Amino acid sequence: MRKFALIAIPYLWLLALFLVPFLIVLKISLSDIALAIPPYVPKWDWATGFRAFFSQLDFENFIFLTEDDLYWKAYLSSFQIAAISTIFTLLIGYPIAYGMARAPGEWRPTLMMLIILPFWTSFLIRVYAWMGILSQEGLLNQFLLWTGIIATPLTILNTNTAVYIGIVYTYLPFMILPIYAALDRMDGSLIEAAEDLGCSRLMAFWLVTIPLSKNGIIAGSFLVFIPALGEFVIPSLLGGSGTLMIGKVLWEEFFSNRDWPVASAVAVILLLLLIIPIVLFQRNQQKQAEAEQ
Amino acid sequence: MDVPETEFAPWNDAGQKPLIRFRNVTKRFGEFVAIDDLSLDIYEQEFFALLGPSGCGKTTMMRMLAGFESPSEGEIELAGQNIVPVPPNKRAVNMMFQSYALFPHLSVWDNIAFGLRRDRLPKEQIKARVEEMLKLTRLERFATRKPHQISGGQRQRVALARSLAKAPKLLLLDEPMGALDKKLRQETQFELMDIQETTGTTFVIVTHDQEEAMTVASRVAVMDEGRLIQVSTPADLYEWPDNVYVADFIGDVNLIEGRTTASGDERYRINWIDGQPPLNGVSNTVFSDGQTCHLAIRPEKIAISTDKPKGADNAVQGKVLDIAYLGNLSTYHVELASGTVIKAQTSNTRRISRRSFTWEDPVWLSWTATAGVMLAQ
Repeated sequence: MRKFALIAIPYLWLLALFLVPFLIVLKISLSDIALAIPPYVPKWDWATGFRAFFSQLDFENFIFLTEDDLYWKAYLSSFQIAAISTIFTLLIGYPIAYGMARAPGEWRPTLMMLIILPFWTSFLIRVYAWMGILSQEGLLNQFLLWTGIIATPLTILNTNTAVYIGIVYTYLPFMILPIYAALDRMDGSLIEAAEDLGCSRLMAFWLVTIPLSKNGIIAGSFLVFIPALGEFVIPSLLGGSGTLMIGKVLWEEFFSNRDWPVASAVAVILLLLLIIPIVLFQRNQQKQAEAEQ
Repeated sequence: MDVPETEFAPWNDAGQKPLIRFRNVTKRFGEFVAIDDLSLDIYEQEFFALLGPSGCGKTTMMRMLAGFESPSEGEIELAGQNIVPVPPNKRAVNMMFQSYALFPHLSVWDNIAFGLRRDRLPKEQIKARVEEMLKLTRLERFATRKPHQISGGQRQRVALARSLAKAPKLLLLDEPMGALDKKLRQETQFELMDIQETTGTTFVIVTHDQEEAMTVASRVAVMDEGRLIQVSTPADLYEWPDNVYVADFIGDVNLIEGRTTASGDERYRINWIDGQPPLNGVSNTVFSDGQTCHLAIRPEKIAISTDKPKGADNAVQGKVLDIAYLGNLSTYHVELASGTVIKAQTSNTRRISRRSFTWEDPVWLSWTATAGVMLAQ
């Protein structure tokens, strides 16, 4: 009985905070837009009963998503931005994690602190700070003009470049930490063994270090890719009118258009798309846990 | 100490060229001197043991041979060539790590093939060599397993097979049996000796276990604080220690301090306690009259009896303080009137139906003049 109660807690948590909200959103996505509060029909009515309620639900909104090319373009562009950002985060994060794992023991807590420290400031404030850095009169342009590298200020803010910078900056710790954990666990004598058996330093890195940090790389990549795909704040603050991301589309559908049913349909599709990488991520974690036993 | 010619003893042959030669090697880590002006020759096909307590510098010696450390001063030669500037991946030296350092993402087969693949050998040749190594270490059945799917003893054999696969001129073994339990360790020691003989590779083993060093090695170097204390065969190390440190470090020993007086050709009397008759000893090193001397006698060379033995070179009386029964042996701790405790060992060749001595029994201890070694320091 106690065992059952223990298992029940996470399931109740999931039920209350994921499944019920999801079912509400799913129901709205199957409804029709209406000038009312809330702005959709049908609403549950005890008097008319099930049959009348369900007969009013349909897939109209989902069909609409396929008719307007805005949506699939936004999905595709989000996917592209998330994937490219993930690659950049990996390219920047891996050397940092490697450096941390190789640093002397007494330095590591400090380095770890430096990675975590930005989380102590509000995410929004940090994104606003990037606006200050990247704008036409921003710190970056002023610095480049001062050094004489450029003659006219660069346009970075309100472009996709700014979105990439924002995403890479924000999610970098999520890439560094799992890779660091994997590298930190690695036995240093493995590299010596590889060198002893005839590898150069670079070969030893490629043949031993990379494969042994593979799980960290996969975990980090998913931890960046999954939230980046649905990212809304960064593209709307740093991106321009040309930046098309599904998170932004969803927000506009909801608040500007007040079309709750279409917005819900967009959200449901986004969730279904996200389930694929989440399942892959879970499988990776599980495989890792099994390997360690 | 004369060695018959049939025995393997290249260190006694002036015409032999050593495979490894340490020449006045010093290694400092900051202020700390790990190896102190050390010179040592190791010959081809030797099974050489570096023995000493932790921190004595034995691991540093091994890491310098592998190329992971370079000496602060001096030269290290391998087959007549100074190898100090050669990086580890270019040395004809392989190492078996204490932690085994098996690649966890590769199968047993791929672990063994790892070094061969780096040499870009043809596939069939790699396959043949790996299979040879699997056979040598009796691992054929485990070729496809990953390191975490096999036992500690099997992992140890994989590490050995991997380090032998490239047929190195020199194989280094860093505490190779440290992680095995006692029984398995003993079996493995003999296996290791067989493999060393079959392959004819020169082995250098680092260990803190003197029994292990004595069992496997052709010669043992006892080290302390970055210096060589004595380099000898196991038998010489045990029977002819150069000094008190070695006598005490290897096996069990009684150390009796006294002052010498010459009593004939290479014969000495040792005055050890006032009022007791002096002890008789033999030594081919010269002691001056009145010089301090430590007489080192192994417990098994002391006989124990109820009556005073006739004609013994040395006989002392005491009473049994403690008996350690080890099954095959019994060690008696005998307290003399002066309070000195001397250990005597008898082997229990008969089943223990009646024991001659028990606690508090008065007994006589006796040994011959040649039983002990006289040590100046």
